[in-house]
Amino acid sequence: MADKFYISGYCTISNNRIVLNGEEYFSAPDAAFTDFAKQAYKHAETDYAKFFKMDNLSKLSFLASDLLLNNGADNSNTALLFANASSSLDTDVKYNESIIDAENYFPSPAVFVYTLPNICMGEISIRHKLFTENSFFVFEGFNSDFFVNYATSLLETAKADKVLCGWVEYFKDDYKAFMYLVSKEGTTEHTENNIQTLYLS
Amino acid sequence: MNRRNVYIAHTSCITPLGFTVESNVQAIENGTTGISHWEDDALLPEPFFAARINDNTLDGAFAQISTATYSRLEKMMILALQSVVSAAGVALGQKTGLILSTTKGNITALNGSDRLAGGVYLQGLAKNVAGFFGFTAQPVVISNACVSGIMAVSVAKRLIQAGMYDNVFVVSGDEVSKFVLSGFNSFKAMSPQPCKPYSANREGVSLGEAAAAVLVTINSENAKAIVAGDGSINDANHISGPSRTGEGLVRSIESALNEAGVEANAIDYVSAHGTATPFNDEMEAIALNRLELNNVPVNSFKGYYGHTLGASGLLETVIGLETMEQGRLFASLGYDEPGVSQPINVIAENKDSEINYWLKTASGFGGCNTAVVFKNVN
Repeated sequence: MADKFYISGYCTISNNRIVLNGEEYFSAPDAAFTDFAKQAYKHAETDYAKFFKMDNLSKLSFLASDLLLNNGADNSNTALLFANASSSLDTDVKYNESIIDAENYFPSPAVFVYTLPNICMGEISIRHKLFTENSFFVFEGFNSDFFVNYATSLLETAKADKVLCGWVEYFKDDYKAFMYLVSKEGTTEHTENNIQTLYLS
Repeated sequence: MNRRNVYIAHTSCITPLGFTVESNVQAIENGTTGISHWEDDALLPEPFFAARINDNTLDGAFAQISTATYSRLEKMMILALQSVVSAAGVALGQKTGLILSTTKGNITALNGSDRLAGGVYLQGLAKNVAGFFGFTAQPVVISNACVSGIMAVSVAKRLIQAGMYDNVFVVSGDEVSKFVLSGFNSFKAMSPQPCKPYSANREGVSLGEAAAAVLVTINSENAKAIVAGDGSINDANHISGPSRTGEGLVRSIESALNEAGVEANAIDYVSAHGTATPFNDEMEAIALNRLELNNVPVNSFKGYYGHTLGASGLLETVIGLETMEQGRLFASLGYDEPGVSQPINVIAENKDSEINYWLKTASGFGGCNTAVVFKNVN
């Protein structure tokens, strides 16, 4: 292993609270997720109308990634490595309700497109003009071993200069985003232990 | 970094054209399609074309290996994996991985009638499949729209090179369901005839269902090809339509060629995505021209299988490996007259041709693309 890699920033969104690099960035207790997301969007002074068309998983992922990628650095060759436990099940259930009943059959393409978990990475790629490596995985829970191995592989094989790693889980109002940026820069070494600690913090 | 060679060996597929690779290749040689006309209100309120696996054939084949209860998709995947696992004879320890790729998995389990505990979760599906064989490592599930199947091969190779595994079994599968039929129909993307990739007369996709499996390994014994290079790069353009310039596909192919250490002119054959939607096929033609791959023989297998979603990339890799081994290019079924704005060399009839390097590509919703370069080892 020639190079060491570091975590240059991390962000957690859960329980109506956004924590950026270990410090509270925003919170809106008691708000439902869509309202919380809207407030967080405004708090960050974001101006991106497409945000309001996104499903919950994409909104959650968008908010965390925006905080980490709008850091003034050159993030143009940043790969997206995302995973969760429920895939797109939150939107799947909603879409399925629109087709179960023959009397009430109204499948919508605008909903159907979000029945794929990787759409959230497409949204972030469009937002930040990332013509970069993208891949979406599904595990039972946050899998630090896998994240370390795959992110290191992307960096060592020069498929990417940085990797935005994201655990982005959303199902039935239960959600958690944990994202961190890995590259040659930073102080916290990119190790399984360190990632696990940040995930639990 | 020491990048060791990673090989692909042992393949299988479960499709409407047959449950062995041999029977599938024979059907393709004969120009047989698995796509047929259906009128089934339980799936779609209007008639449609799709390539579906016969339930009785599937149950009959599965009964020969197990009497346990599994979902229809699990049976397809277990059958596909069974022949690869038994042919490989690899111990299923911690250095042996399982990668499962799918878009919608057991999505039909959302509808009470055949609800399966946990099986609607993709890891639940993966556990059911892994449990059948006794894999000890946690399965890696890839759900990355229509590139999932070929991305699984790329990820297997990368994880082996990263030292996580010595062997990775890859299985991919998706079903024709009310869920996906209604969705593609809502996009007005469904063809009123069996799909005709790259044709001027193409009118959209036909959906299909299949499972496929392969072994990706550090062991050169029984190897068919080297997984020589790969890339999975986003269009950064639109979530439900391909880039007009083919940007992500171009960059994915460039990344794969660069890693393989070859120029575009080394490629002898391209197994492309070819869904037969106007935009996809046009985008691919533009990308192939940008890379000067426009004279390389290219086909889509969608005319035989329909679009099998998360299975398609792996299924088409399995048939592409046969194309390579047999030195036999197969006609792109449904192609009649050129229907893309920039010329590409669509294979019109079966013919013999030596294949050293070949390329598999796929593109999908979310702006995703994957390209993998395979090198013949024989």
